[in-house]
Amino acid sequence: MRLEPKPAPSLAITLLYPIAAIILTLLITSLLVLAAGASPFSVFYLVWRGAAGSQFALLETLTRATPLIFTGLAVAIAFRAKLWNIGAEAQLYIGGVVTVVLGTGLLPLPSFLLIPIIMIAAMAAGALLLLGPAVLKTHFGVDEVVTTLLLNFIVLLFVSMLLEGPLKDPMGLGWPQSSKVIAEAQLPRIIQGKRLHYGFVMAIVSAIIVWVVMKKTVLGYEMRAVGHNPQAAAFAGIPVNRVLMKTALLSGGLAALAGFCEVSGLKGNLTLDLSPGYGYSGIVVAMLAMLNPIGVVASAIFVAGIFVGADAMSRSAGVPSYIADVMVATSLLTMVVAILFTRFRLRWK
Amino acid sequence: MEALDILLTSSFWVAAIRIASPLIFATMGELICERAGVLNLGIEGIMTVGAFAGWFTVYSGGDLWTGVLVAALAGAMFGLLHATLTVPLGLSQHVVGIGVTLLATSLTYFTYRLLLPEVTSPPKIEPFQPLAIPGLSDIPVVGQALFNQTPLTYLAFVTVALTAWVLYRTPLGLAVRAAGENPSAVEAQGISVTAIRMGAVMAGSALMAIGGAFLTMSAFNSFFFEMINGRGWICIALVVFGSWRPGKALLGAILFAAFDAYQVRLQQFTGGIVPYQIFLMMPYALSILALILVARRATYPKALMVPYQKGER
Repeated sequence: MRLEPKPAPSLAITLLYPIAAIILTLLITSLLVLAAGASPFSVFYLVWRGAAGSQFALLETLTRATPLIFTGLAVAIAFRAKLWNIGAEAQLYIGGVVTVVLGTGLLPLPSFLLIPIIMIAAMAAGALLLLGPAVLKTHFGVDEVVTTLLLNFIVLLFVSMLLEGPLKDPMGLGWPQSSKVIAEAQLPRIIQGKRLHYGFVMAIVSAIIVWVVMKKTVLGYEMRAVGHNPQAAAFAGIPVNRVLMKTALLSGGLAALAGFCEVSGLKGNLTLDLSPGYGYSGIVVAMLAMLNPIGVVASAIFVAGIFVGADAMSRSAGVPSYIADVMVATSLLTMVVAILFTRFRLRWK
Repeated sequence: MEALDILLTSSFWVAAIRIASPLIFATMGELICERAGVLNLGIEGIMTVGAFAGWFTVYSGGDLWTGVLVAALAGAMFGLLHATLTVPLGLSQHVVGIGVTLLATSLTYFTYRLLLPEVTSPPKIEPFQPLAIPGLSDIPVVGQALFNQTPLTYLAFVTVALTAWVLYRTPLGLAVRAAGENPSAVEAQGISVTAIRMGAVMAGSALMAIGGAFLTMSAFNSFFFEMINGRGWICIALVVFGSWRPGKALLGAILFAAFDAYQVRLQQFTGGIVPYQIFLMMPYALSILALILVARRATYPKALMVPYQKGER
């Protein structure tokens, strides 16, 4: 058995592969649904209805997609340069920390000043958090996968320390949570009385900006060159280490925006369950989108829909909601196989 | 100085070896994969699977050693998945590894909820009991630590010796090491690189799963969510720290576990002045520090993370 390269397929064919991956994922997870004693058709229908069957469901899916777009973009931009940032979870939490440090009354400014300041500060914090592992990679030869993964645990403990110490809400009845951000630091809701907030619009705008950076700028070209072949890029005069560091700053900054939006747009305060693994799901989102920034928006909505839909399904059908996590993880693996077959064919001999 | 007296107590070393045991299994597992040229980031999820599979086997009436065997088989199955995607298909070992961890973890949680829908507190099993080796366990300070542990801890030490012996003293070990250094040379000998690598990943994953099972069947007596808690990632750091050599990796694991056991005891001296989270951070920070210290002179297996296609150069 061997792999043979094949000519690049047309756009239409390329789009068929993710669909094939999703169908394969549904088939595999059907087995689990059957094991749980339910009918796959009714379960998948309930997931669909829970994710997109009503205005409420749809808005909930888009709300859940917002942080996933940011972490998905963070991963997409980093993976494009083969900078393996598995630490979006930590960068997200640092973004949340900065938001509550500056947004709970420390800076008494009007919204139009306060929100941009918090955003920039959060991005800077997330960027710096990833710069550490990036510098360790470029200057010390330390693999960034392990350092970013380990930092996730360190940062979560750090947040826990803050929430039981300096950032603890004095009115929180002893719970490890921060105070609420002031009204001026809150992102407004898109529709009055609904949970969907302007963070979603920011996420879409970010996706477009990242697309422009990746496709239309020298930096984007350099990132792709470094990701494709660092030796060749260095030979062509591209400053590989500097490109990797710029990539790290962008990626960390984007992931931190996820934390900012969750606190400022949705939750209002920082808790230890701010993110149910958005940093890790961001990897799936990015891969499903084949690292395309615009595709990230679509795949984030898809992944968010699975989570939101599975929660609703679980309440009525009694299949554990962890089925959503299984579906998302399975789709990551089926997707990388699908991407492989857009570029290679399998020859048996 | 009271803080230093800890190092002379028998209970400290008993705890250190107990903390080291799961790390030793999983580190050997990762080491075998990497020596064959495959980075296995599925480790964290595979340990979760092992922890659950071993515990659940015993909980549903199997005996302890059957539990260990079931855990190993479950681990090997996820190893097979990882190997199929990364070896013959040559997919990114980073992405597949993270994917296997996400899948193994979520599948474990799903299964747990499915099989035990009603439980609120995790059910307990009767775990492995310490087995004192007569005579040797009476040696002061280290006797209890080395010779009054559970059978699984003894197995961990046997695993290190066995891994070292196979890797350095058998033709199979030579083929595994060569697959990680110079795969074409292996193929030139008429041995399939694909088979060697897949076998190594499956065997390594089985060991990772036993490492996970140690937690539910020897260190504790029940399964709970997020109990692996980054131990898998720490083991990846330990492999680098041990320069991909079983003996050095064993020392690294024990040193690491000793630090971990020490910080728990040190917490009692600080009397709540230092937040407990600082102590909990130390294992992870220590792992990063260890990586930084050894990174410059680390000699990675040359073909690590390089997919191999027959007949290609």
